[in-house]
Order: sequence, then structure tokens, then C-alpha cells
Amino acid sequence: MLTAIIAITLLALILGLVLGFASIRFKVQGDPIVDQIDKILPQTQCGQCSFAGCRPYAEAIAAGEVDINRCPPGGEATIQALADLLDVEPKPLDEECGVEKPKMLAVIDEARCIGCTLCIQACPVDAILGAAKHMHTVIANECTGCELCVEPCPVDCIDMVETQPNPHTWRWPDPSHVDLQRRTGS
Amino acid sequence: MSAPLGDFPGGLKLPGHKKRSTQGPIRKTPISKQLVLPLQQHIGAAAVPIVEVGDKVLKGQRIARAEGHVSVCLHAPSSGVITAIGEHAIPHPSGLSAPCITIETDGEDRWIDRQQIKDFRQHSAHELRQIIRDAGIVGLGGAGFPSFIKLNPGVHHSVETLLINGAECEPYISCDDMLMRERADGILDGVEIMLFALRASRCILAIEDNKPEAIAAMRYALSGRSHLSQTEIVVVPTRYPTGGEKQLIQVVTNKQVPTNKLPIDIGIVCHNPGTAYAVGRAILHGEPLISRVVTVTGTDVPHAGNFETLFGTPIKDLLVFCETRRQPDEPFIQGGPMMGYSLAGDDLPITKTANCILVGVDDVAPPAQPLPCIRCGDCADVCPASLLPQQLYWYSRAKDFDKTRDYNLFDCIECGCCDYVCPSKIPLVSYFRFAKTEIMNQERERHKSDLARQRHESRLERLEREAQEKEERQRQRKAALAATKAAKAKEEDSTNTAEAADSVTEEKA
Repeated sequence: MLTAIIAITLLALILGLVLGFASIRFKVQGDPIVDQIDKILPQTQCGQCSFAGCRPYAEAIAAGEVDINRCPPGGEATIQALADLLDVEPKPLDEECGVEKPKMLAVIDEARCIGCTLCIQACPVDAILGAAKHMHTVIANECTGCELCVEPCPVDCIDMVETQPNPHTWRWPDPSHVDLQRRTGS
Repeated sequence: MSAPLGDFPGGLKLPGHKKRSTQGPIRKTPISKQLVLPLQQHIGAAAVPIVEVGDKVLKGQRIARAEGHVSVCLHAPSSGVITAIGEHAIPHPSGLSAPCITIETDGEDRWIDRQQIKDFRQHSAHELRQIIRDAGIVGLGGAGFPSFIKLNPGVHHSVETLLINGAECEPYISCDDMLMRERADGILDGVEIMLFALRASRCILAIEDNKPEAIAAMRYALSGRSHLSQTEIVVVPTRYPTGGEKQLIQVVTNKQVPTNKLPIDIGIVCHNPGTAYAVGRAILHGEPLISRVVTVTGTDVPHAGNFETLFGTPIKDLLVFCETRRQPDEPFIQGGPMMGYSLAGDDLPITKTANCILVGVDDVAPPAQPLPCIRCGDCADVCPASLLPQQLYWYSRAKDFDKTRDYNLFDCIECGCCDYVCPSKIPLVSYFRFAKTEIMNQERERHKSDLARQRHESRLERLEREAQEKEERQRQRKAALAATKAAKAKEEDSTNTAEAADSVTEEKA
């Protein structure tokens, strides 16, 4: 009886020490799940999820405070990926946040721009170039299409246009959809 | 001559249909009124125009320069005037437009001064590669990779074997066959330069055994060059897709190119005979790449044959020249029946990678509704890359792209053997192409979102820094204000005390 108690106590002590050592030696910096969620989010930083950017939303998801269906730019693919990562059921996109749209690009009508810099301050990814009282322009490659610059413009010179595929970015159509079209057509 | 050493798995014996286009010699296509030259006819970055609208250009004059490393120059195929630089429809499966230079030809076909090099051995390999790059030479087998890069062994590799791929395994196509028959000497000129540039110890010319005339012509030309003793002709059995680069290497050398590796990693560089010919013309005759041999064939082409065609020639003009029984806007195939893609529209130009225009295919089954996969495994039997097409199909269809990568989707050469044998008529290659472009798109988006995250983070950092600096400035200003106030107060104080002292002394006095 006594040996058993001693043995178990010793075992617990040793394992406790090992665990204690491991928790210090192999401590993970930061929160890896937040990073993983952040990686899936499209990084438009548009705030449609009601958070101030993709990372705060990722943190909220990781904390279990909000649903995974609040990202319209990511759409169904992002919800699916988040559901896979977190092992939860995917849900349809929350319509409160917006609807899934094709990829957009902000274009400044440079003739109408008065150089007020308000859009530059609004852009979350510094994709607008310009200086006070000088014309501004959008760096097309860096624009995420978040639409945050449209609202502040006092002269309404920013338009959101759909990005057109070029031979580089063009994708082969999904054959199963082509079949479906043919079937419904015939 | 030696026998092939190895074999590749799978493959098909297909009816060749090559006789149709090999009855006559290579003919020259007349110069069209208008030539449309896409700035990108190669893999890599698009060329950058160095001419303007209204400029007069001569045949062979450079009209666009290479941009970055993986890129080549572009030349005027005939003399004339630049009439437009802008978007124009290009021969691409998407049917999209791309930047092109349009030349209105003047019919004089006047050459620019050509710099001929009589003895290329006097030049360094680097100089020769530069000339090849400036001559706009890309792989003419179909992919269009800049040739000068594939002629550079680099510092990490040594090239043992130069493999000239004259297999031309795809049915109907015969442009390499005809080139080898008629211009064997020109091809060997190029081979000599390529061997010199690569410092390769030997050259193998692989030709399928259904081209006895080409084999005989090459053998005859080779017998006239005693110094090319390290070059041999290997006759390979006719089987589709022997002409695939990795497949041919396996047949000829019995070596396998590992996944995600290039032939150069196992000491082999593979070029097309057309490319070798172009290299010879560029170095020995100073002629940039401005034309190629195009096979025009098919059931709707009564006078099928091979045509030396200037780049930019509208495909419509070429088809009219061949007296094709094709209605305007009827679709045709660029490339062969197995790997080519359907194009529509009359306005498309011939580009560097256009090896064949196919109008009408024999015994083609009417498009049928695909049936469910019955898992017969025929597709896996014929796959020359030893893949499992039915698994790839399954995951591509379910859009489970990670899984398709696990099954080595990117090893698929899109040869179409699986499509050909599938009893359910499932368009397998279409699924694989779809999955490949989807994956590439995802990577692009991931890259873009990484960039956006970085920019957003640095913006937040900057804003924070600015706020801190502002606060710091304010604090400093406050401190300075307080200091001046204090100083003033002190001064006043001291004057006060001085005054008081004065009054005291006055009083004392």
C-alpha cells in the first residue's frame, strides 16, 4: 500500500517536472491558430466583418467570439477553408456583412481628382499614391478592392471596376459546369 | 546509329494521318497585307515595344526588346509601317486579347543589314547566347521557352547530352519531319552551335521510325560532317507521346527525370529541330526568328502541306492560301488533335508556337455526354507519367486541390491519352487543366494577400510611430513652454528681488 503511494507520488513528481520543463523549453510564441486563420482570410482589410481588419477578425474567431461566415470578399471558399481548419460546420455567408462579389479594383478618375489625400488616409494597404493638391493614383497591383477609399472622396472620382482576366490570369472553365450548361441547354 | 535503351510506361499507338501533309515540299506563304505580332509569344515576360506607330521598319528589324531575364526580342517579319500598338485577339484558348504590334507590309520585303558570323568558334558561348536571345529564338516545339536559357549549362550543371527531339509523335503534325527532310544541313549547323554553347560531349537526334525520309536525310547530312562524330541518330519506335520531353529522355537514355526537376539536372538538354535550324540561321546568316514551318492539314484541307509562314500572318490568310473548305468563323485546332486547343475567330495571327493548324479531324466521335467513371483503370494504364488519372479526376471535380497535388497533378503533361481511352468519355484533361489553373490562381491570390498583409502591418506600424512621434513632439513642446515660463517667472522673480534689494539699499541710504 505504502510502496504504491510512494511510487505513484514519485511518478507524478517526475512527470510534473518533465511537463514543467517542456512548457518552458517548447513554449510557442504568439498564437498559431490566429496566424493560421489570418492566412486564410483574404487580407482586403475592408472591415465588412465589423472588425478593423483581417487580423482582429482572426483573433475574434480564434477566441470563439464570432462566426466564420462574416467575410464577403473571401466568400464561400474562405468559409470552407475556415471550417476545415477549425473543424466546424460551414455556414452560408452572413448577409449582414455583404454579398460575395467578383474581384474589384479602385480606379481614380485623374481628371476629377482634387488631391485632397482623404483616400490615401483611408487605404488600409497604402495602395494609393499622391500628395496634397496633386493628382492621386491607385497602384493596381496592390489594391485589394476593399472600397474603403470610395466613401471619403469628396468629388466622387473613385470607381470600382471588375478586374478583367488576361491570358496570364485566365483559368480553364470547370468542365462539370460546362456539362451542366450543355445538359440544361439541350 | 544505336538502338533506344529504354521505354516509358503507358502511351498509345495512334493512326498518324501524316501522309496528307507530306506529299509536297515546304511552300512559302505569301506575305499578308497586315501582320499582327503579339508581344508575348514565349514563356516569361512580354517584350517591350521600341517602335512607335507610323515608324517604317525593315524585315528583321527589332521592334520590341526583351524585358528581364526570361524574355526574348521580337522582330518585324517583313518591311512596312507600324500601324498600331495595342490590344488584339491572340491565339489563346481563352479567346482573350493581348498587346500586339501591327505592321502594314509594303510588299518590298526589304531586309535590314544582317550580321553574319562565319566562324562561331571565335566567339564565346555567352556572346552566342546573347545573339540567340536578340534573335528572338524560343523553343519551336510548342511551349515557347526562350532557347538561350536552355543553351546555358550554368555553373551548377554540366551537360553531357544534347537531345534533338525529332519524334513529332502527335498525329497530323509534320512540320519537323519536313524540316528534317529538306533542311537537314541547316539543322546540323544549329546543332554544332548548340553543342559548342552547352559544352556538351554528345548529341542524340531522336526520330520516330515512321519518318524514314527524315532519317535518311539526316543521316546523309551527318555523313558529310566527319567532325560531328559525337552526334548520332537514334530511331525510336512510333508511339504517342514519345515526343514528350521526359518520355523521350526515358526512351533514349533509360533515365528518368525526377518530379520537379529539369532534364538539365540529369545532364540532358532537349531542343526541337526547328529551334536548332533557327539557331543556325541566326548565327551563320544573321537572320532573327521571323517565320516558321506550319503544318496545315485536316479533313477540310484538300491541299494540306507545310508552309513557311511569317509570324503575324492571319491564320485566315493561311487557310485561304491552302484552299480550306472552312466557313468563316468556323473553329479550328491549333496544335494536334491530342494536345491542341480549339480556336475560333478569323483574326488570329500565327505565332512562334503555332506548329499546326488542323481543320477537321478524321473519325471524330460526336461530342457525347460524359458518363460516370466506372473505375476501369484504363486511364492509369495509358498514362505516360504513371499518374492515377481517375483519382486526379475525382479530386479535381470535388475541387480538393490539395489532394490533386498529392497525386502529382503537375506531372501531368496533358497528352490526352486518358481522354482517348476513357470508355465513359470523361474529359479528363479538361479537368486537369482546370485544376492546374485554379491552383496557380490560388497561389497568385495567396501571394497577393501576403503582400497586402505586409503592407497593412507596416502601415499600422507607421501610424503608431507617427502617433508616438506626435505625442513626443507635443510633450517636448509642452516641456519647452513650461521651461520658458519658468525662466520668465525666474527672471521676473530676480528682477523683483533686485528691485526689492535696490529699494532696500535706497532705504538704507
